[in-house]
Amino acid sequence: MLSLQNIEKIYRTDTIETLALQNINLEVAKGEFLSIMGPSGCGKSTLLNIMGLLDAPTGGAVSFENEALTGFSDKKLSQFRNQKIGFIFQSYHLINDLPVLDNVELPLLYRNVSGSERRRLAQEALEKVGLSNRMKHYPSQLSGGQKQRVAIARAIVGRPHLILADEPTGNLDSAMGNEIMEILEQLNRDDQTTIVMVTHDENMAKRTHRLVRLFDGSLVSSNSFYNA
Amino acid sequence: MLSNYLKITLAVMRRRKFFTFISLFGICMTLTILIVLTAFYEHMFGGKYPEVYRNRSLFSSMIEEIDTTTDATRRGPMSVYFIKQYISTLKTPEKVGFSSTPNTVNTYGNGKKLKLYFKYTDPVFWEILAFDFLEGQAITQQNFDRNEAVVVINDQTRDDYFGKDVSAVGKTIEINGQNLRVIGVVRGSPITRLMVSADVYMPYLLQKGDPTSTSFNGPFQAIVVAKSEQEVAAMQAEFDDVVRRIPLQQYGDFKPQVLKTSLLPYFESISMGGLLGAEEGKAQQRFFTIAILFALFFMSLPAINLVNINVSRILERSSEIGIRKSFGASAQTLVYQFVLENILITLIGGALALLISAGILWWFNNSHFIDYADLTINWTVVIITIVLSLVFGLMSGVLPAWRMSKLPIVEALRA
Repeated sequence: MLSLQNIEKIYRTDTIETLALQNINLEVAKGEFLSIMGPSGCGKSTLLNIMGLLDAPTGGAVSFENEALTGFSDKKLSQFRNQKIGFIFQSYHLINDLPVLDNVELPLLYRNVSGSERRRLAQEALEKVGLSNRMKHYPSQLSGGQKQRVAIARAIVGRPHLILADEPTGNLDSAMGNEIMEILEQLNRDDQTTIVMVTHDENMAKRTHRLVRLFDGSLVSSNSFYNA
Repeated sequence: MLSNYLKITLAVMRRRKFFTFISLFGICMTLTILIVLTAFYEHMFGGKYPEVYRNRSLFSSMIEEIDTTTDATRRGPMSVYFIKQYISTLKTPEKVGFSSTPNTVNTYGNGKKLKLYFKYTDPVFWEILAFDFLEGQAITQQNFDRNEAVVVINDQTRDDYFGKDVSAVGKTIEINGQNLRVIGVVRGSPITRLMVSADVYMPYLLQKGDPTSTSFNGPFQAIVVAKSEQEVAAMQAEFDDVVRRIPLQQYGDFKPQVLKTSLLPYFESISMGGLLGAEEGKAQQRFFTIAILFALFFMSLPAINLVNINVSRILERSSEIGIRKSFGASAQTLVYQFVLENILITLIGGALALLISAGILWWFNNSHFIDYADLTINWTVVIITIVLSLVFGLMSGVLPAWRMSKLPIVEALRA
């Protein structure tokens, strides 16, 4: 589904050049639940951002469902992200000025979906994550776990082919983290949604199909726990 | 999508109350001042009650004779003789009427002393102006033919002199020691309408003085109505031609070689000799140029303020920009969103300004600072100023929004 070939990412300033990723080759299969681990600063989030088209690689090629994603305009990239990818961030990244339902509707705003249909799909997504009773609440009125569930609802509302989760349980206690992991597992199992998750938690990683490890910007190992 | 933008706009406005206040205050104050000033301008110079033919009327209120050898000048309103001899005889106008500049007189009525403004008029004056007659009728040619001592008064004078809402037609009022029969009562007009406003109107034949005098100078001013708007210029040209051929008069030692007078639009006619260049007939254009420059300068202040506020307002929303971009918003969509927010704020400011202006005008109209004041909102000005505000809003919103929409998503999310 997602293919990274010889990905390289260099951050340049006037005086310093930092190699964040080098020679990354990775294939993510459809329906796979992949986890990425590695020490802080090894390039996990950078890799995830490149997979999600949030950042462009300095070198190499990204292709998604056999389509090479090079030379896309801002508009085309935005459309692509909107249609195919859902994001879950460690710090939730909800819009605090909007109630939960509007936050969840967000990806559908940029599609040709009617207001009533947006409402219906957002309600459905919130029901899926067990938050249908918090639709009119604002993010500031929710716990960390609840915020992350809203973020998951937002990620799945547009039925993306791929969900990219950047340490989704990183800010949560173990019980909450477990709940979130269960939701992700359920999404992967029931809806066949492909998920790539960056985590620091070995136990969470072991619950995925495959774990790849990064060190100093390079892939160093790949462990399969289950054949997707 | 619009409701989402509206919600976020209102939420941001609520969250940043001080910024919101400054934004709205800037827009609101500017528009309010412009709307109120325009209302005053129109009240002073616009074609309002009872002037229905203003668009095809010209005025001659001043005659100037210059002795170039001594640099002596004589300037003032004109005589009935001059008007009848040189203006009423013009071929292009449909009607030529005249009235005197307002005079004041003290009289006693209903047990109190009254200070009244009065005007002498000819009968055509009443044909040109569309006064609302509350009772009775206008001064007609028949009244002149019979040399009748009649007057038309306004409702305020009727109420003060005869008692509130008491019928006045047929009764007499004493002005300058003369008992004059009231033949009509009109709804009054504000004193700022210099050519037409008075408390008491009398036939000019009642004026004291030598009726056979051929002096050019007197207390009168003429209102000349063209058959159509298109003929106004021709009327002006015809009069200019006549003026060139008027034989000059001599007054003792004062022997003028130059005579200047013309038919002018209202604004020029009352600003003649002023700083705005009325002689060239450009006074109103100059006034508008100055006013527009002033308005633009005045509006640029809240616009700059708005740019400042927008920059900081948008900067603090970089995380939201990152989120929206992650989920599919293109740079173009984000610019659209922020511009729309600006437009909403501008429109809210515009609506507030309208409410405040309406309140100020209502208060002024009812305050009796100027009797019969009828200040109204000029919707053309409202629309132009709101459009200008929107343009400023767009200008102030597009640039920061465009800059921010170009921010790399990862950086925006990190902010």
